[in-house]
Amino acid sequence: MSQHFKKKSKTSQEIPTAAMPDIIFMLLIFFMVSTVLRETTVQVRTKLPQAEAISKIEQKRLVSYVWIGPKKLGNNRLGDTAVQIDDALIEDVGVIRTIMWRKLNETPKLIVSLRVDETSEMGIVLDVQQELREAGTLRINYSTKRFVSL
Amino acid sequence: MAGLLNKKKGRQGAEIPTASMADIAFLLLIFFLVTTTIDVDTGIGMVLPPKLEEDVKPPPVKERNMLKILVNEQGQVLVEDKPASVSIIREEVKKHVLNNGADPNYSESPKKAVVSIKTARGTPYNAYIDVLDEVWMAYFELWDSEARKLGYPDYKAYLEAIGDGPNEIRQKIKAQISIAEPDKA
Repeated sequence: MSQHFKKKSKTSQEIPTAAMPDIIFMLLIFFMVSTVLRETTVQVRTKLPQAEAISKIEQKRLVSYVWIGPKKLGNNRLGDTAVQIDDALIEDVGVIRTIMWRKLNETPKLIVSLRVDETSEMGIVLDVQQELREAGTLRINYSTKRFVSL
Repeated sequence: MAGLLNKKKGRQGAEIPTASMADIAFLLLIFFLVTTTIDVDTGIGMVLPPKLEEDVKPPPVKERNMLKILVNEQGQVLVEDKPASVSIIREEVKKHVLNNGADPNYSESPKKAVVSIKTARGTPYNAYIDVLDEVWMAYFELWDSEARKLGYPDYKAYLEAIGDGPNEIRQKIKAQISIAEPDKA
């Protein structure tokens, strides 16, 4: 046993740390690459309503967002209700069916997440839904926050 | 030139100290780990009915099998044409689904039971979500009690247990929620 210890003491006991920064940089680069920050600047205010019966969307890649809410005008002023898809405000609701139909062709299992401001009226929401039916994107999700009782 | 190079080489400690490199990288790593909040999207999932062909009428639903909920511009609720508060919707839906033909005003069987939510164009989205949430909560509670009958603690545990297999609870009690279009003004 003592012989065994003797042998060990001859060799250097330090762990080589020269490669450490490289390993950590690799990790860092992995995280930087894998966290896709696909930020779109939302031009409408969407204060989401709260609900209890909610579920999580597991496959984020399948999700396409539609924002509905009052337009942000700056100085904390709000304008009329507008619809935004990707980076653009939609002037005519009728074009939604074309946009969504194209998106559905790219991702057949598309889920449309409706991020609607709680003060919006149902009329515009129903119009958008009607367009989604026309496009065939039937899976929707009313984006809501978890209900917190006060 | 050679002399200059030699001089530099000869100086001790001319290398950049790399011992702290790992720490710097660690700090960056931790910064990225903390700041990238992977916010999970939550919401109420729905499946819209497919587009109807021009001359095809929607399938008829018997009056008694449909629980009509109407939300007006002020966010006031009518359940089966009677003024009601949002809080009673959950019980009404449960009674409607589990009626099994007992009460002639409610459904014949859970499979045939439909909940219809109708809004006006001016209804606040908030009020609509409140009502929809109550209806879904009623179904969740029904599924929970069905799961308990099968010996699972709740519906979530049942879902985990069956995996991708057939969902018997959903087959027994289907969530059939219809979003009716508002009347043309």
